[in-house]
Amino acid sequence: MSKISLIIQREYSTRVMKKSFILLTFLTPILMVGMISLIVYLGTIKDDKIKNIVVVDKSGLYKDVLKNNESYNFQFKDATVEEIKSQNSEKSEFAALLYISKDLSVDSTAAVMYSDKQVNLELKSYVSGLLNTYIEEQKLASYNIPNLKEMVEKSNTNIDVKTIKWGEDGKEKEGSAELALMIGMLTAFIIYMFIVIYGAQVMSGVVQEKTNRIVEVMISSVKPFELMMGKIIGIALVGLTQFLMWVLLTAGILFGLSTAFAKDMDMEKIQKVQEMSQMGMQNMPTDAMNGKVQEFMTAVNGLDLVQIVVLFIIYFLGGYLLYASLFAAIGSAVDNETDTQQFSMPIMLPIIFAIYAGIFSAENPDGPLAFWCSMIPFTSPIVMMVRLPFDVPFWQIALSISILVLSFIGTTWMAGKIYRTGILMYGKKTTWKEMWKWLRY
Amino acid sequence: MTLLEVENVVKQFAGHRALDGVSLTVPENTVYGLLGPNGAGKTTLIRIINCITAPDSGEVRLNGKKMTAEDVRHIGYLPEERGLYKKMKIGEQALYLARLRGMSKADALKSLKYWFEKFEIQTWWDKKVEELSKGMAQKVQFITTILHDPKLLIFDEPFSGFDPVNADLLKREILELRDKGATIIFSTHNMATVEDLCENISLVDNAKIVLQGNVSEIRASHATNTYLIKTKKMLEVNGFELLDSQFKNGIYESKLKKSIEDSNNSLIEKLIKQTEIISFDEILPSMNDIFIKTVSRA
Repeated sequence: MSKISLIIQREYSTRVMKKSFILLTFLTPILMVGMISLIVYLGTIKDDKIKNIVVVDKSGLYKDVLKNNESYNFQFKDATVEEIKSQNSEKSEFAALLYISKDLSVDSTAAVMYSDKQVNLELKSYVSGLLNTYIEEQKLASYNIPNLKEMVEKSNTNIDVKTIKWGEDGKEKEGSAELALMIGMLTAFIIYMFIVIYGAQVMSGVVQEKTNRIVEVMISSVKPFELMMGKIIGIALVGLTQFLMWVLLTAGILFGLSTAFAKDMDMEKIQKVQEMSQMGMQNMPTDAMNGKVQEFMTAVNGLDLVQIVVLFIIYFLGGYLLYASLFAAIGSAVDNETDTQQFSMPIMLPIIFAIYAGIFSAENPDGPLAFWCSMIPFTSPIVMMVRLPFDVPFWQIALSISILVLSFIGTTWMAGKIYRTGILMYGKKTTWKEMWKWLRY
Repeated sequence: MTLLEVENVVKQFAGHRALDGVSLTVPENTVYGLLGPNGAGKTTLIRIINCITAPDSGEVRLNGKKMTAEDVRHIGYLPEERGLYKKMKIGEQALYLARLRGMSKADALKSLKYWFEKFEIQTWWDKKVEELSKGMAQKVQFITTILHDPKLLIFDEPFSGFDPVNADLLKREILELRDKGATIIFSTHNMATVEDLCENISLVDNAKIVLQGNVSEIRASHATNTYLIKTKKMLEVNGFELLDSQFKNGIYESKLKKSIEDSNNSLIEKLIKQTEIISFDEILPSMNDIFIKTVSRA
């Protein structure tokens, strides 16, 4: 077995066997799923307490309009706002006070809601929805045109512009800009995390070897470059393992949960859920809901998933290799972990810049910022992932990957030179000038 | 036969010269000592021999041929700054280092078993390095250095951190390795071990070799013409200088300095006339004295 594979093996197995790795690998998906389910769950819970809303209606027009429902109970009172306020000063008997000063069809700003707490959105939209429909009907009726209401309802349309991409072969693909954005941002963010977390691991691994004085022992039997590459590749494999485990575990847990829920969720519950969702989106008929789901599925089909996955892995590794070798060089140049900060700053900056460039590129995936940042190797792994779902021309991908590959060969070579000298230097504070000298040495 | 030659090696670091025209020859199957105060350039020289750093000028030859990176693989090198992975188990670690030196897994395991038994540390196999003391870790490092049976062994400060018992064990092992045919170079501050172990030495000070050669010859050449002589009767000064005389258990122990013209035999002749000699010893300076004298003069 060659020496470099022995080193890779050691780096990999000692890291994968660590308790922290195992814990993180298994807990993260559980936490992720837990968090998602918690959000979903909290969203479905309703406050079942009936809230009292006091209404002071000076116009006297809306007594029948404001209907009670299972959450809100409207009480009409004839008093001034101040009186009610002072009555309520000791203990809240009502959640909010709605004050309507005049006819809303004359002045649409005449309705005000008071509360000692921030009025929640649901109540606000419920009340304004009721008032809006009523006033609209009133206005329509005032035109005195027969069947006008029906005519308006018929003319009410909901246009959703479909986005269709032309493939190179002329085939049409239905796309969804939202989905493309989501996938682009997600993959870009994973690459960003991977570079930062595992790049830092490479660096601290090198610093440890140096401070523990293992390097000298190793250097007498392996070349410094082999030692560095073994570490970088070993840690890359650890990262890939963790990532794959996360994907598999998350998928597994989600699948398990969904089958478990499907079983004990009877029809009644499903209906309830549907009712609830209808309440949330009053104007959206069930057909439209189904349409949305279908649209989502076709959009997923419209994306070239194979291409995205393959390029994800390429950029994932390319970006990591580019930065990891620089992190290794820095680790070799310093004497202890605390000194790394000063030197890792210039490396962290382009990574952080890249994630922001990625976010802005999403708005205009073919703009000059997006283009140039997806060519510059220090930002391309992140920015290109954002652009990919928006169909990037092949020549751009090819060029960007070639630049990335050439640059990581370049940085690895450079880092190897710094590393070779750096790991055997003790006790001296390294400066940039000195590192430059090692490079040409 | 010469195994290793270092010829006129110069190494310049930013600001100072670490080695300035250093040459030495190490005969095969001997123990060679590399002495010198801290910062004299010993470690740099050892690194150059191991091809870890390249000399600015000069050459290192093994068996008459220029040393290559490939030759270094056949050297057993124990650096001064030696560490082990703290979180790794001793056995795994020793196996890993042995395999990096090119041994097969089976060979390495067999050899490790032999050495662990010999050093009586079999029970350490599953311990982690962080549980060991410095001296204990040193034993493991020593084993991993000699495991692949190298012809040339280079130890940088092998005795630092060892207690007297283990230092003695290490001495015996070094001599045994030599008897089995290995050539050993080691650097040290411990002059007593130099007298016990080394055939030849080089004393490096301020980047230069200030003293070099066979240990007994060096000591003889530094002789101060003093003798320790035990006699039945008190000695009387007669063509020599009496430095000290003590009466112990019915025997006179005298320290004397002969004049330079006299040889040992002529001195004995003078003494025989006075009394019966019980023992006659020339007091040779210890390497320690020679070291201090040479270094402080320079």
